[in-house]
Amino acid sequence: MTELLAGRLREVLPDEAVITDPVRLRTYECDGLTYHRATPGVVVLPETAEQVAAVVRLCQEFRVPFVARGSGTGLSGGALPRSDGVLIVTSRMRRILSVDLAARRAVVEPGVTNLAITEAVRDAGYYYAPDPSSQQICSIGGNIAENSGGAHCLKYGFTVNHVLALELVTPDGDIVELSAMDAGYDLLGAFIGSEGTLGIATKITVRLSRAPAAVTTMLAAFTTIEGGGRAVSAIIGAGIVPAAIEMMDALAIEAAEAAVRCEYPAGAGAVLVVELDGPEAEVEAQFALVDRICREAGAFEIRVAASAEERQAIWKGRKSAFAAVGRISPAYIVQDGVVPRTALPDVLAGIDRLQEEFGIRVANVFHAGDGNLHPLVLFDDAVEGEGERAELVSGRILDLCIEHGGSITGEHGVGVDKARYMPRMFTDEDLDTMQLVRCAFDPRYLSNPGKVFPTPRLCGEVPQVRKGPHPHEAELF
Amino acid sequence: MDPELIKDCVHCGFCLPTCPTYVLWGEEMDSPRGRIHLMQQHVEGTPITPEMAGHFDACLGCMACVTACPSGVQYDRLIEETRAEVERVHVRTPHERAIRGIVFTLFPYPRRLRLLKLPMRLAGRLRPFLARVNPSLGAMAELAPPPARRVRLPARVHARGPWRATVGLLTGCVQGEFFPGVNAATARVLAMEGCDVVIPAHQGCCGALSLHSGYDARKFAKRTIATFERAGVDTIVVNAAGCGSTMKDYAEILADEPEWAARAAALKVRDLAEYLVELGPVAERHPLDVTIAYHDACHLAHAQNVRAQPRELLNGIPGLKLREIAESSICCGSAGTYNLFQPEAARELGDRKAARVRATGADLLVSANPGCTMQITASMRRGGEEPIPVAHTAQVLDASLRGTAVPG
Repeated sequence: MTELLAGRLREVLPDEAVITDPVRLRTYECDGLTYHRATPGVVVLPETAEQVAAVVRLCQEFRVPFVARGSGTGLSGGALPRSDGVLIVTSRMRRILSVDLAARRAVVEPGVTNLAITEAVRDAGYYYAPDPSSQQICSIGGNIAENSGGAHCLKYGFTVNHVLALELVTPDGDIVELSAMDAGYDLLGAFIGSEGTLGIATKITVRLSRAPAAVTTMLAAFTTIEGGGRAVSAIIGAGIVPAAIEMMDALAIEAAEAAVRCEYPAGAGAVLVVELDGPEAEVEAQFALVDRICREAGAFEIRVAASAEERQAIWKGRKSAFAAVGRISPAYIVQDGVVPRTALPDVLAGIDRLQEEFGIRVANVFHAGDGNLHPLVLFDDAVEGEGERAELVSGRILDLCIEHGGSITGEHGVGVDKARYMPRMFTDEDLDTMQLVRCAFDPRYLSNPGKVFPTPRLCGEVPQVRKGPHPHEAELF
Repeated sequence: MDPELIKDCVHCGFCLPTCPTYVLWGEEMDSPRGRIHLMQQHVEGTPITPEMAGHFDACLGCMACVTACPSGVQYDRLIEETRAEVERVHVRTPHERAIRGIVFTLFPYPRRLRLLKLPMRLAGRLRPFLARVNPSLGAMAELAPPPARRVRLPARVHARGPWRATVGLLTGCVQGEFFPGVNAATARVLAMEGCDVVIPAHQGCCGALSLHSGYDARKFAKRTIATFERAGVDTIVVNAAGCGSTMKDYAEILADEPEWAARAAALKVRDLAEYLVELGPVAERHPLDVTIAYHDACHLAHAQNVRAQPRELLNGIPGLKLREIAESSICCGSAGTYNLFQPEAARELGDRKAARVRATGADLLVSANPGCTMQITASMRRGGEEPIPVAHTAQVLDASLRGTAVPG
């Protein structure tokens, strides 16, 4: 079957763009979440939308599932391949097709990295606002699939707020264009964040933002995480919307220090990175206020970046934090949950209790401004049972988020990893409603199956519900 | 391959955009993360297939991934161990064996390299023919710089003005034979900054070429250590990036022989720019009216973390304007012997680099590694236009200190 399909794929793609060698295939077995692995049946590296469409049509013909992958940095296993399917990798579709500064938009292919867009327009005074920590490598196609966020989404919104139009290949293999200007259903909105279950984006029109006139980045060190939390609440309570407010606890600081020597203040139980941007006078006034609030909340040291390099140094510690944890722990799970900001202290205390109960360390890194937590659950995979305990703690943290009126994901997506938690958050009716949307796009359940939803339900997903063979089926068999 | 070192990789992918082969081909198995995955497969028992060996061979060893990695993966050590394993178990084609044979019997031996100069002059004309016989031979002919007259350096150059330090100078193989003017300039600059420069004769290769290709470099390392010990210096200044990075690793290369490892650790190895900045400038800088693009050699920027120092030295010259090259952290494709063994990939990377160098509009390119100099010059020539002249940081400093024109 695979050989037959590979042969047909080679008719629509160059030879070297179809990978079937088992050793090579295995390098694609996981994305940024290594906990789940599956060797793909075939990997293809298309360079055009037409090639993507041709591959998808072949998958339909052969009735095999397909999964899209960009740079493979996702943290929910959204790009986990199917061993019985085709992995469509967009890493060769990385051209910036056009930049229109007057209209503040750029048209790019899905494999272009998030940061590459900003780099292309930075000299002209523009940037692409969403900034996941992996922005130097994560692809814009992947950002769309996961509706990725980043530190600056507190003020500027997520990917969905910065994509103006899309060209996509539907699960049927049609090339369709969606635009934010479309009348009728907001299909663009539905597609962004659909995690590859509604098709594959092949051309993306993004919004470019004007770089702010002034930026102030400050680092406030607190002896306790509660102090940091108080400062966050007070800042937001004062009506300030900073470009970003990030918090890291002592363990996360230790990791970042080991990795990039960011030289955060010694002895800090928590640090807050606060960035203010906008017109100069506004930033100055807000800075004075934030500075006072932080000191009142117990900050023992406040540093302000005096240059672009110092600003980068402050951010480097924060943005390297996930991978940096590799320095202090053999393995770890990156969790992604959301809680109302006011519930932060309770949830953090709850995480502390879990650490004690299970003997598992948790490092906390979070977008404090919008209550998006990224607890890093540390474990040693060489110790019998520790992985399972970590997994348990990780799940309990999500329970805590749900109990406090939050969500099981802020920006990493549901993927394969959290599909099983969906029923804890949604009723069957909720899930069925969502799946009806999916069925409308992908009636045969071939586009990234097994992701987002816990079990296949409705339409073609359960064999006995299928209404009869698809017209093409007869030709094939 | 040490499984513990492999485990350090958390699969985050931060290395991907810095990897030249990933930039070219966009394939997981030609990225550092993918290659580490292949190493893991091998450790778990998968034999080294020709495909797997091909992906390891395609790695330039530029170490840009080491700079980018937040988890501290020692990819440099991993790939060196892997290359040694590939050489041990993987049977190369007769073609590959022949080319490797030529390179490793000639290049690390300055005297043999000298014999190569005349045939290389002829080879320039025979290039199209050679390229048809074997792409590696074609690349060799294309890269060869125009023959330079041999410069016999004195055994000791005395400090000008008050004495500040005594240092040894590594003359290198390719640097010494193809760019003798660079060694002369280096010695003069050091002397003008107050150093006695000791230049032992018959130094031989430092071992860089072997080390970066999976061959045993210990013989070369020991010889070099002994040579400088005899010369009575404890600080060695190196003006070729690849040599400097290898010599800084001597103690690790010789770790199995504690006596030698201790002798290696007693030697201080410094890149020229690194050393001059540590020493601090005293000599007068004369203005140079020139616009320079500075090229980061991988073995300087990534392997030795020397980026700021050469820029600081160049910016210290009145009148000199410094331009940055876009994608400066991506390798030019030279990578030691890479452009000989992997000519196609090297050519693509060279063209990419040449275009970005031209885009700076500079009158002079400064590169602190002979391999990069040859590679970028050949790439610019291939582009059809007259290549921008290339000089070493030492030559620019030399011109400023002596008040002469910049070479090129």
